[in-house]
Amino acid sequence: MPNHETEHHDYDVLIVGAGGAGLRAAIESTRRGLRTAIVTKSLLGKAHTVMAEGGVAAAMGNVHPEDNWKVHFRDTMRGGKMLNNFRMAELHAQEAPERVHELEAWGALFDRTDDGRILQRDFGGHRYARLAHVGDRTGLEMIRTLQQKVVSMGVDVIMECKVLRLVTDADGRIAGCVAYHRPSGDFVTISAPAIVLATGGVGKSWKYTSNSWESTGDGHALALWAGAQLIDMECIQFHPTGMVWPLSVRGLLVTEGVRGDGGVLRNSDGDRFMFNYVADMFRAETADSEEEADRWYDDHSAGRRPPELLPRDEVARAINTEVKAGRGTPHGGVFLDIASRRSAEFIRRRLPSMYHQFMELAGVDITRESMEIGPTCHYIMGGVRVDADTTATCVPGLFAAGEVAGGMHGSNRLGGNSLSDLLVFGRRAGMGASDYVAAGQRAGDLNRPVVDAAIDEAIAPFDRADGESPYQIQHDLQELMQSNVGIVRTGTELVEALTKLDELAARTANLAVSGPRAYNPGWNLATDLPSMLTVSRCTALGAINRTESRGGHTREDFPTPDAELGKVNFVHSQPSGGGYREEVKTVPEPIPEVTPELREILEDAT
Amino acid sequence: MTEELTLRVWRGDSLGGRFEDYRLERVEGEVVLDVLHRLQATQTPDLACRWNCKAGKCGSCSAEINGKPRLMCMTRVDQLEADVITVAPMRTFPIIRDLVTDVSFNFEMAKKVPAFNPAEPPEGGYRMQQVDIERGQEFRKCIECFLCQDVCHVIRDHDEHKQHYAGPRFFIRYAELEMHPLDTNDRRRLVREKMGLGLCNITKCCTEVCPEHIKITDNAIIPLKERVVGANYDPVAWLGRVVRRKKVRSADEASVQPTP
Repeated sequence: MPNHETEHHDYDVLIVGAGGAGLRAAIESTRRGLRTAIVTKSLLGKAHTVMAEGGVAAAMGNVHPEDNWKVHFRDTMRGGKMLNNFRMAELHAQEAPERVHELEAWGALFDRTDDGRILQRDFGGHRYARLAHVGDRTGLEMIRTLQQKVVSMGVDVIMECKVLRLVTDADGRIAGCVAYHRPSGDFVTISAPAIVLATGGVGKSWKYTSNSWESTGDGHALALWAGAQLIDMECIQFHPTGMVWPLSVRGLLVTEGVRGDGGVLRNSDGDRFMFNYVADMFRAETADSEEEADRWYDDHSAGRRPPELLPRDEVARAINTEVKAGRGTPHGGVFLDIASRRSAEFIRRRLPSMYHQFMELAGVDITRESMEIGPTCHYIMGGVRVDADTTATCVPGLFAAGEVAGGMHGSNRLGGNSLSDLLVFGRRAGMGASDYVAAGQRAGDLNRPVVDAAIDEAIAPFDRADGESPYQIQHDLQELMQSNVGIVRTGTELVEALTKLDELAARTANLAVSGPRAYNPGWNLATDLPSMLTVSRCTALGAINRTESRGGHTREDFPTPDAELGKVNFVHSQPSGGGYREEVKTVPEPIPEVTPELREILEDAT
Repeated sequence: MTEELTLRVWRGDSLGGRFEDYRLERVEGEVVLDVLHRLQATQTPDLACRWNCKAGKCGSCSAEINGKPRLMCMTRVDQLEADVITVAPMRTFPIIRDLVTDVSFNFEMAKKVPAFNPAEPPEGGYRMQQVDIERGQEFRKCIECFLCQDVCHVIRDHDEHKQHYAGPRFFIRYAELEMHPLDTNDRRRLVREKMGLGLCNITKCCTEVCPEHIKITDNAIIPLKERVVGANYDPVAWLGRVVRRKKVRSADEASVQPTP
């Protein structure tokens, strides 16, 4: 085994990922005087947060003064079908308004109410209009604001750099990581006593997804390999409205804001079918006629909510059922119609990027025609198991925030709650990591054999003369996850998926790449596959164990919720060594029990 | 019958390179980035290009398509009129590999922008009217694709200007901060003396290529030029400053970053 020479850096806090959570964490640790760096696979400002459209959920009560954190907490827990970590949901609901106001003080320009405050819009599962927004490009506004803040504070940002492995010291504490620069292909080691994972999601393992190439579950895998635990990995959100045509953009997100602003779903018979899919849990607060639903848009006290604004899991399953029943559109989706319901001027002002996106990519004018949409893999509720207050994992020095962390959203996330999650827990991760370092933790020596082994594994594909292409393996993985671990699952297909994941792992160990190491996408993909396979395995394992249907996890063979399973998380770990070909152990563990005070809020139906 | 198309892609690195032709099947509805991805998966696994969102929102996949600076993810193949599609890297920035360029010039310029610096918020938070922030919101639609920087001849044809010219992307950033109802800094002398605003001779090439349709020249650069002149010579602007109680700052005073 050769001893690889590497460039080396030294920081107090290292943040992996430059989306909303990573940037917010960096602001916090820098403010507290810690030497902080961010590593990101892409350029600064390109992270998946820019794709968020509808808004950031915070009970500021600017539109409906009766809104408050308790209602937001209740909505979040009910949306997550009570699988949530209640403490995370509580902190999130309490702190979100302050985090949004803070963005404004850093230069964000949210849309305004008539009296000059931050305007809020309606979204699925939120009782009141709660989403602070900028048209339909709220994520861009958020990432730009945080990015500009980070840059003005002089934080080091190491761009286009991929982390291969976290390195722990002899006592199992975080010591640093090994990574490579994508532009040069050169390896780099970074020592830091505290690492914050803020790497986002896993969607790239599915065929139809709203996620970019970056969402390969790196942080999930890095954490698991380093000794941390993952929970709720079976809970994947399929967003109800992704584009379905042209095929090349299938999966691309269509904001829930379309429905929040009056858009309705229709099948090929022209029926507003969502009225037929209102679950008992939501019946009391959902309109039972089109007339009542339409009154609600103008005056929330004149009717109950339209069923199009049920939580995302409910809507996605309904669309899936309609298409399977033969009532779909020519390209296998359903119709999303705002053209017949709002003026062209309103649509262009409220939904400018949707207008642009359909016009340029599909040749569809959404002010005149219906959109064709269908479910798309969008978000993973599951993730790294963390302490709610500090975001600490069970590995000393390792923290996680944002989509990579699990617990906050339970089995289904409400729209708008991800952006507020990034802010609330990004800040808490920065605090948690800072407190850990301030308490005197120093980075131990980087374990050289671990570093060298990671580098050897990364460059091995260059030496294989006739191995398989990483693109072929990625393609087969996406087909497998889409067909066997998709929106509706069965035990047989899930067990088959595990066998096939083993085969894909064996093929990955034999793949080959050509060309130089400098900016080589084929090689970059080869180094992403181990993470993709690791998280896909955990998702399949969680889905096999959860023999019920709940939120973003639907079992055809177990179509209803099971009260007992609603009390546990399935926890994944790798006790006998971390790696994509090592064994994953999955055990049920009780979810934290809601305190009596919070239970009262949950039971309050008013 | 399957139709074919020819993709002519620049391949190479900082030492040099050449255009290479690839033939592929035409697929309905594809954008140029889709074709490159198919090329990577089938013929050239190491072909380098940047991309992320594939939805025109992140600004990563900028290139020059048939000579025109565009986003590869928003350029439909069936709307290009030539038989051969030529894809070249942005010319203004140094090449890393194939279609990927070193855009660090932009990140260096971003570091020099003195951040938003508001007064303390009043009780109950800041108030702003929609009409007062609409222009700022237009500028904040910028996805940092840097196509405006690429096409700006001040730096496209004169590498030496990169030392002292912020470029259109950052002129809209300075304009946004100048027009922000809550900001307290005054960056006009900074933008004139250190950021090279005067070098722009308003040919509007930047506005033409902006995928977000931001009116860079008309709504940002020209008003900024007027304000900069006003900072020095205009008695009406002087009066306006007195009313707004905004202190005139020298370039050096203005360039200090606010305390975090």
